[in-house]
Amino acid sequence: MKGPVLQVAGLRKVFQRGGFLLGKRDENVAVHDMSFALLPGKTLAIVGESGSGKSTTARLAMRLLDADLGEISWAGTPVMALSGGQLRKHRKRIQMVFQDPFASLNPKMKIVDTVAEGLRVHQPHLSAATRAEKVKQTLALCGIGEEAMNRYPHQFSGGQRQRIGIARALIVEPDILVLDEPVSALDVSVQAQVLNLLKDLQQQKGLAYLFISHDLSVVQHIADDVLVMFAGHVVESGSVDQVFHRPQHPYTQSLLDARPINHPNERKSALEIKADEGVAKTGCVFALRCPVVQVDCSSFDMQLNNGCACLHPLTKG
Amino acid sequence: MLEIRNLSLSIPISNQAVLAVSELSLSLTEGSVLALVGESGCGKSLTAQSMLRLGEYQGVRRVEGDILLHNQSLFSMPDKQLRQVRGGSIAMIFQEPMTALNPVFSIGSQILEVIQLHTDLNPQQAHARALELLVDVGLQDGKSLLQQYPDALSGGMRQRILIAMAMAGNPEFIIADEPTTALDVSVQKRIIGLLRTLQQDKGLGMLLVTHDFGLVAEMADEVAVMYAGEIIEQGSVMDIFDFPAHPYTKALMNCRPESVKHGGRLAVIPGKVPAPGSWGQGCRFKSRCTFATDACNQHVALETWQQGTHQVRCIHVEAVRA
Repeated sequence: MKGPVLQVAGLRKVFQRGGFLLGKRDENVAVHDMSFALLPGKTLAIVGESGSGKSTTARLAMRLLDADLGEISWAGTPVMALSGGQLRKHRKRIQMVFQDPFASLNPKMKIVDTVAEGLRVHQPHLSAATRAEKVKQTLALCGIGEEAMNRYPHQFSGGQRQRIGIARALIVEPDILVLDEPVSALDVSVQAQVLNLLKDLQQQKGLAYLFISHDLSVVQHIADDVLVMFAGHVVESGSVDQVFHRPQHPYTQSLLDARPINHPNERKSALEIKADEGVAKTGCVFALRCPVVQVDCSSFDMQLNNGCACLHPLTKG
Repeated sequence: MLEIRNLSLSIPISNQAVLAVSELSLSLTEGSVLALVGESGCGKSLTAQSMLRLGEYQGVRRVEGDILLHNQSLFSMPDKQLRQVRGGSIAMIFQEPMTALNPVFSIGSQILEVIQLHTDLNPQQAHARALELLVDVGLQDGKSLLQQYPDALSGGMRQRILIAMAMAGNPEFIIADEPTTALDVSVQKRIIGLLRTLQQDKGLGMLLVTHDFGLVAEMADEVAVMYAGEIIEQGSVMDIFDFPAHPYTKALMNCRPESVKHGGRLAVIPGKVPAPGSWGQGCRFKSRCTFATDACNQHVALETWQQGTHQVRCIHVEAVRA
């Protein structure tokens, strides 16, 4: 049996604001006590609204940001204590695809150089010819022809650029891809192409995906397991089937209710129009927005129990 | 009534005027929502901006056709009157709430500017009106909001402010260009609720530009699907959802993750929207269409299909339906 390729335990990240010369130092806990394990060939999605800490979690897991507390291991190797060259050696295990294909490719670099960059770092002994051959193969795998190699990013559409971004991540043969909103900047027709490509690559290579998204229909389509985040806390975790069909946490339910409808027949006569309330400072962070809030919620410590951080879950796990 | 008649627009590409919207006709009536749907690059935002003659600053030119507000042409209108129409009779809500507000002016001064331009209210009345507008868009704590600057507000709050600004000139028509795309799902639903309530309460005519069929399902009465600068299908929202007749409309609806079972393969449309200048002869969708035949090399008109207002630009409608 194979163990998880990516495992994190007890991750915590605090961002400091202000405090220089004037004003009080302000602490913002972006991620509280986050733990998860990702198995080879599987997709774990993190969903939540902006500011919930999902992108921060992805960056912590990649060690693009340093966590204040917690453990991270890539393919069984603990990496929290590594730095410099040692860390770089392990970085090829985990690669990232970014959200905005218009901002994440260097406009001054040819596609071949952008995609080959990872090879220069991780396999510097390769000859130029071998490197070019590898770039060609990896681009082909992502549905980009050889003629693209000597072009620049502005000559490609959003969907093609995202394929190039995926090729750049794949060329060092990682075990894990971290995908931060990889299709949210794309048109629905192009989004479908990229999602199909991701599925194919996963099947061919047994890749594990950490998939960050706020789009529940995309997540339902592509993920095996889901973590739902709110204000830095995991409020619910489970299989896609459980979370989408038997949600336990009221926040998960509210996200599901907010999904776009499929047909004009599903229109509700009255929709909520008032502005969103904020995040509670003590007790359950969702209490201010929760439809089933009770008195004891103000002293809840947000611990997950049976995959749900709620004192009054909607269904029993 | 706000009407686009047979409008063709050109955009500048390497110093040449290239046709980007061709012979497009649409009409917007008070109290109803018309959705203009299509992929990026099909000309939908260009069309929306042209309804306020905004594209002209980026070199967009009218080649032929007209835009009529209550039978008066926007193109022959004096500048002074056009300025009254912009933000007055016709207001606009832009896609990016993060960039549509000016970061160096307070929310209050930005809302008051619109009120002062379009009404005769004195400063006290204008201030009261601003607070009233904020309440209308679901923002209760207006007094302190007016003092704040855009950077202190979330995306959803900013979009509410922009909607309040759009309502400030008491418009008859609203052009909303992807009003919810940049927002979180939970916020999206509330903004949809807000737009729908305002539109119905005030009997506004709305042009909703979007690529999101979910938003269309929530809001539209009529739908026009655009492809490569022209309308290829138009009808009531029920016509489009229940009997999509053009291969493009059908394909676009099938691409959505909702349309397949978990883990299944998504339908795709091969290739991409042809750029202005490379539409070719005949049907502009033919290179990506599974129904295409030689007969598709003839350009066809938008024709009524089946009953009433449903119109399609395709010779293979019967085959598509089967």
